[in-house]
Amino acid sequence: MSMWVAVLAACALAYALKLAGYLVPQHVLDIPWVHRVTPLLPVALLSALIVTQAFLTDEGRVVLDARAAGVAVAVLLLVLRANFLVVVAAAAVTAALVRAFF
Amino acid sequence: MRAGLLDEDATVVRKSLAVAVATGTYGITAGALAVAAGLSVLQAMALSLLLFSGGSQFAFFGVIGAGGSPVAAVASSTLLGVRNGLYGLQVSQLLGVHRWKRALAAHLTIDESTAVAVTQQRTRQQRIGFWLTGAGIFVLWNLMTLVGALAGSALGDPRAYGLDAAAAAAFVALLWPRLRGRDPLATGALAAFVTVVVAPFVPAGIPVLAAVAAALVVGLPRRAPSAAQVDR
Repeated sequence: MSMWVAVLAACALAYALKLAGYLVPQHVLDIPWVHRVTPLLPVALLSALIVTQAFLTDEGRVVLDARAAGVAVAVLLLVLRANFLVVVAAAAVTAALVRAFF
Repeated sequence: MRAGLLDEDATVVRKSLAVAVATGTYGITAGALAVAAGLSVLQAMALSLLLFSGGSQFAFFGVIGAGGSPVAAVASSTLLGVRNGLYGLQVSQLLGVHRWKRALAAHLTIDESTAVAVTQQRTRQQRIGFWLTGAGIFVLWNLMTLVGALAGSALGDPRAYGLDAAAAAAFVALLWPRLRGRDPLATGALAAFVTVVVAPFVPAGIPVLAAVAAALVVGLPRRAPSAAQVDR
């Protein structure tokens, strides 16, 4: 699948999901387990994406490198209630500095 | 009465604009991280214009950047977008929109527009909050995506600037406010564990999808009705 096909498919599916909320009758989605699982989906996906992005090598092995240092700084700043851009920028700077000096 | 109404309008307008500026600005990361993952500037823009949901966009180029297949990227992005459907269910009651306005409202249905709308007391302010927050973010998000994508492609090697750590930090910042309570914490921990365990054995992008099992394991069983009913 070419990248463009993937990009446009992701866009179409995202819009279909958004529109479904407006078109589907309330009772169809108003099932207890749907309401329990739906808020947990982003938690599971984001947690997995963090692990993949910060702690795994290309071969899927766990490694602690400059990225982990960046994430540690990000968590510290989130505890201190810093805003999104500050958190993301600080993580980048931290990782770049660790790479430059170690 | 009239002055009171105008005050409430002004309050929701201020709140909507503040949220729009705060959220729209980090569209710069959506652009920079997209090109860092290997997408073109046009593809980054297509995602911001047409997909327009930060978490799903970050998931898409997170999987691509890790060397995952486009199919896995689409799947992760789509699973992260499921919540927007439930938001639509909520706000469609407040907005009372039909035809082209409904098609437009659906596109603007994201975390922030929903949050501002549902936290207002009256229908009028709910509608102002939804449209102003959604439209404000849409304009800024796309402008900043363009800035980020152009800057990102001018920078060269994304690792030298720590952009891979920036992507991880973006996911942490998106996850952070969702970690309140026992079920989200259990889900997050289990998902991380599943990812680490399966990652060496499957292609990139698949561990993220396998981790969805964590949401099902934690969310599906609810045998003791007491806890669930107190939540409502």
